[in-house]
Amino acid sequence: MNLVLPIFYILAFGAVVSGVMVVIQKNPVICAMFLITVMLCLAGIYLLLFAEFIAVVQVIVYAGAIMVLFLFVIMLLNLEKEVKAIIKSPFQKVAGLVLGILLVGVLAAAVFAARQPVPGTQAVEPGAVSNSISIGRMLFSRYLLPFEITSVILLIAIIGVILIGKKKL
Amino acid sequence: MIPGSHCLILSAVLFTLGVIGVFIRRSAIVIFMCIELMLNSVNLAFIAFARQNQTLDGQLIVLFVMTVAAAEAAIGLAIILALYRKRKTLNVDEINLLKG
Repeated sequence: MNLVLPIFYILAFGAVVSGVMVVIQKNPVICAMFLITVMLCLAGIYLLLFAEFIAVVQVIVYAGAIMVLFLFVIMLLNLEKEVKAIIKSPFQKVAGLVLGILLVGVLAAAVFAARQPVPGTQAVEPGAVSNSISIGRMLFSRYLLPFEITSVILLIAIIGVILIGKKKL
Repeated sequence: MIPGSHCLILSAVLFTLGVIGVFIRRSAIVIFMCIELMLNSVNLAFIAFARQNQTLDGQLIVLFVMTVAAAEAAIGLAIILALYRKRKTLNVDEINLLKG
């Protein structure tokens, strides 16, 4: 009995519910916790989509480093619950909800309009070669220039963070 | 097999939730978290396309998106820290020095 589709629906439902809680919650720490839940659900979906390396990298880098950085900053700033936005008229809430649903509709229409698969560079059948090996091969042959450029980006980020975070510039 | 359109619709829903969060919330750090939610939805779309076209390019691009998102998160949080130090508040309604 095939369990892939039910597990996908459970993970998708968990991701959407956690996303709604991220947008709704008043306490920023709870928002960060629900964002971590979204990332873990997405990592599970990546596993179902034959992207094991990306799933593990998502858990380690996104949920394990970036969100921890977020929580450090939230705790450092000692943020309280946030005040509500000033809503000039009750019509704004309804209009916002309708426009949000319209945005999902537009994106979904784009999904159903363009259906032909585009032939890519290297055909891959899942399971023949390990996903990490294939990604490593492509990363160091075809995507070598972006790989080196990301190292420069990270260096720039480190320098920028140190400069911006100084007490006196 | 998971239909590719299901993954893309999930990505669209998560992206819309991120957009709504950026418009609704008033705290700078929660706005930043909704931006990360949008980046995650785009990652899901890339992986879905990589699986649909039977290539690995989408997964490579997701790797680079994650790296850039990490760099951007670090710099953005440093900016938020400096902002809090200067203005003592993170409510974006009150950070309006450029307002006419």
